[in-house]
Amino acid sequence: MKLTMTSSLALLMSAGMALAGGHCAAGKTLNDDVLTIATGNPAYYPWVMDDAPESKAGFEAAVAYAVANRMGFEDAQVAWVRSSFDQAIQPGAKDFDFNLQQFSITPEREEIVDFSAPYYSAAMAVVTRQPVVDGGAEATLASLKGLLWGAHASTTAVPMLAEIVQPDRDPLLYGDNADVVEAMKANQIDAALMDLPTALFTAAVLMDDGVVLGQFPPERSENPDQFGLLMEEGNPLKECVDAAIADLAADGTLAAIEAEWLAEATGVPVID
Amino acid sequence: MTQTEIDSPDAKRPGLTRRQIYEAQVRRRSMAIAAGSTAAVLLALVVLIPLAPGWEGVKKSFFNADVFARTFPGLLEAFLLDVAIFAWSAPLIFLLGLCIALCRDARSPALYPLRLFGTLYTDIFRGVPVILVIYLIGFGIPGLGLPRPWNSPYIWGTVALVLTYAAYVAEVLRSGIESIHHSQRAAAASLGLGHSDTMRFVILPQAIRRVVPANMNLFVALQKDVALLSFIGPVEIFRQAGVYKSLLANFTPYVGAALIFLAVTVPATRYADYLMNKQARARS
Repeated sequence: MKLTMTSSLALLMSAGMALAGGHCAAGKTLNDDVLTIATGNPAYYPWVMDDAPESKAGFEAAVAYAVANRMGFEDAQVAWVRSSFDQAIQPGAKDFDFNLQQFSITPEREEIVDFSAPYYSAAMAVVTRQPVVDGGAEATLASLKGLLWGAHASTTAVPMLAEIVQPDRDPLLYGDNADVVEAMKANQIDAALMDLPTALFTAAVLMDDGVVLGQFPPERSENPDQFGLLMEEGNPLKECVDAAIADLAADGTLAAIEAEWLAEATGVPVID
Repeated sequence: MTQTEIDSPDAKRPGLTRRQIYEAQVRRRSMAIAAGSTAAVLLALVVLIPLAPGWEGVKKSFFNADVFARTFPGLLEAFLLDVAIFAWSAPLIFLLGLCIALCRDARSPALYPLRLFGTLYTDIFRGVPVILVIYLIGFGIPGLGLPRPWNSPYIWGTVALVLTYAAYVAEVLRSGIESIHHSQRAAAASLGLGHSDTMRFVILPQAIRRVVPANMNLFVALQKDVALLSFIGPVEIFRQAGVYKSLLANFTPYVGAALIFLAVTVPATRYADYLMNKQARARS
């Protein structure tokens, strides 16, 4: 872990120094010469390690610093704040320049806030417990339909359940992933749908007998789940952020960060 | 009668005293002022709020007609679950509350443990926020490994609501029991009624009637707190509104849910007020 952290740090530092000159964001940020970035409270593995985005460890922390560096901000010029999903979408002035906590880009959300170009395309995955697998659950739609489902209520897992899985019984919905896990432990639900990196973490760390049964590839749903940086509607910073993300995608930096922090995501069976 | 005849030159209608005419004028004047000031406040709200710089954004996020029309039917359907949970919880709360109130009223020294239990029970369950009780019981007890369907969040969420609200209802009932004058017990004893018969036929019928308005208030509060069950899984109106909010990034579904709640709780509150006024008049 220590090794990978230092290597990513070196990667980001070099990117930052090379491009410190071009300052597209000048005068467009909340506070001059400071880029204020918001993330969840708490922020979870593998998006942010140990709830400490300043460490640059974790996929979203790394992306945030990469974007900041590409926009011309030094690491020291990045300030972190915390926000909930509701705070992020409520109307009015924001206390962040951009906010990243696995916000899926949807046309309806786009009417209220601005999203950057996507920095990650997430597959949705099925988390369940070993006893449910032993009971005959398989990674096929027919088998999944019969399960009792749960999900985090404010994620795109909810419409995806309704559209693709179409379970026989109404799913139970919870306020956050910790509650979903608790309900699964209490055997109140058989399975839960969440994005793949979160699913891997949940099954491996939060549960004793957790299993990632399978994943739906991003193209499976009508609107593949793409994560974007959330900004206040009409934020002039958007073009700078988009340019930075396009740059990072073009030169392979995004893919490198993804490989570093989300490598386990490959190797989970695909549901068809 | 004679006064009316003396004062009649000033009276516009026969049969009214000067005092009555004056009071009618004062009433009319205060009604006119009340109507005027209400209209002025409403006008100020309607004119001033849209002048706020963020109004367009708030209107789009909270009062979006399109979103409202799309989500309202789903919210109404989800509200049926709230009504169902309320319907099966309310009688259980009343029964448990009555038991606790009777425990606290136990007078024989041998029954002191019951009194102690009643006191501890109300202290604990009135002192812990409902949402914590729902979390602890809703996830904790099914976590012990109960088989389905006995680990259902509906069952244990209901248990949590009943335990909490029974503590409040018990206190209200106890205050009702204590408000019945001691002479009633003495009179019942002189008729030869035992302790339990006195309670059943003399004290409780009067006590329960006396605290109906206070209990109505509790049940209005319960109707709203039913929504807290959504934290442990059931998709009732609050959770359904939350799902819409996340999907559409718009708070209008919450406004819709609030309107549905108001449609139920306002008549209930008015009715409780009416009962309370009626009782106050009967007593004075």
